[in-house]
Amino acid sequence: MEMIHSENLIYEYDKRDEEGNIIGTNRAIDGVNIDVPQGSFVAILGHNGSGKSTLAKHMNAILVPTGGTMWVDGRDTKDPAELWNVRQTAGMVFQNPDNQIIGTVVEEDVGFGPENLGVPADEIWKRVEDSLRAVGMLEYRTHSPNKLSGGQKQRVAIAGVIAMEPKCIVLDEPTAMLDPNGRREVIDAVEKLQKKKNVTVILITHYMEEVTDADQVFVMDDGHIVMHGTPREIFSRVDELKRYRMDVPQVTMLAEELRNRGLDLPRGILRREELVEALCQLS
Amino acid sequence: MVRDITIGQYYPAESRIHRLDPRVKIVCTLLFLISLFIQNSLPGYVVATAFLGTVIHLSKVPLKYIVKGLKPVVILLLFTVVMNLLLTRGGETLVHFWIITITEGGLRTSVFMAVRLMYLVAGSSIMTFTTTPNGLTDGIEKLLHPLNKIRVPVHEVAMMMSIALRFIPILLEETDKIMKAQMARGADFESGNLIQRARAMIPILVPLFVSAFRRANDLAMAMEARCYHGGEGRTKMKPLKYHGRDRAAYAATILYMVVIFVVGRFVPFKLWIF
Repeated sequence: MEMIHSENLIYEYDKRDEEGNIIGTNRAIDGVNIDVPQGSFVAILGHNGSGKSTLAKHMNAILVPTGGTMWVDGRDTKDPAELWNVRQTAGMVFQNPDNQIIGTVVEEDVGFGPENLGVPADEIWKRVEDSLRAVGMLEYRTHSPNKLSGGQKQRVAIAGVIAMEPKCIVLDEPTAMLDPNGRREVIDAVEKLQKKKNVTVILITHYMEEVTDADQVFVMDDGHIVMHGTPREIFSRVDELKRYRMDVPQVTMLAEELRNRGLDLPRGILRREELVEALCQLS
Repeated sequence: MVRDITIGQYYPAESRIHRLDPRVKIVCTLLFLISLFIQNSLPGYVVATAFLGTVIHLSKVPLKYIVKGLKPVVILLLFTVVMNLLLTRGGETLVHFWIITITEGGLRTSVFMAVRLMYLVAGSSIMTFTTTPNGLTDGIEKLLHPLNKIRVPVHEVAMMMSIALRFIPILLEETDKIMKAQMARGADFESGNLIQRARAMIPILVPLFVSAFRRANDLAMAMEARCYHGGEGRTKMKPLKYHGRDRAAYAATILYMVVIFVVGRFVPFKLWIF
């Protein structure tokens, strides 16, 4: 069963001059076909303006395609009757941690989604507790979100989405505004969720280090999907990645450079340990 | 400067007043304010003082805090007292000096007016000291709920209030950042006359507004993504429910209203001119 499935997805918006007159159309997404199986961890990579965030917003029906179709768990996102079902099925976490927290207390913010769904009060309390525990933020439940670090705020935002019990979580550059520690916290929380709760995770990012554990990686450029494969397959095509203005992880770069200089190393090395292992095998 | 204002702030403590339902506190505060206006005599004020004193004692909010809350109204208070003292005429003349005439009636009105004003502020600050901002918005939403019938968007207004409360610290922090950034570029906020200083605020306000709109846009999207679609079909995580203590508080306040009305109107006790 496909969680997310799109066929020839197109999204266009009007280009306007300074007076607001339409002077043409921009194609942010151009004929994207994507398949995400239930329970998998999929990463979408791309530099700024590649259309990856626009694609993410289609999965939550915040944007509706101007051409082609997007199905979320078998539901057409263009169908207004399915709007709230789509949004409950695919929860979304955004980039700026401050601008997506609604409550003045952590637990109230996590309860916001279930409140909107009309879940009874006792059940909300249970869900809030479960989802805060799942992201390791239970001890902060009565704190004010203003006093938390960026990584903690982002984990609260993730808890807020999980409390709605979605089948799929779309994370739109959740780590772009965080420091390295916060990034690690968030990615660890997400990976744990995917494994434990069997939720489908779609991670949109431009940090390649974050996608090494993904089942599949899509690389986007100029509204198209230009590369698709496992992280190892993708990372072994260093030259191509550079062409799409992606930052290849240092280890992969180093291995690639060494290989070019004649060392017999395998392609697509993702982690430091792997490189060490491969270097030791050389003799 | 902003930190000095204690009125409207929450004082965290465990007390009987804190535990009351926010609706009770809002309604009883209103009744208390009304009670100050339905009488104007010494016995009446004695009853009001006893009631207010008991509530302050029960709330465990230090008296110092409440007095601090009176600070912003000091000027208004002085102005009222002086005006009443000089301009109200009635009864015998106590002091007559040059153009200043103070009569019995003037003294009486100005003293009562000062007490009334102080009790007004103290009474309402007790409510805000003992109720979290969210509790207050929830209480207001529930109380005004009947207005929904005449198409007043009660839920939306309450939601706006609680979002505003959430963003106050964020925007304050942002203001601070922008100010520092502009100061680093040579902006001067400290010198010059009032107009020059007001003009110096423009480079702060413009980016602040731009960022506030951007935040509002992001937040609206995040709320929609989490299935927010207005108050219809929405449940509450912390629903308001009346308990025995809330009913007792209502009863006590109504009893107080009766007592102050009777005592204030029909007990002819007088001390000198009061």
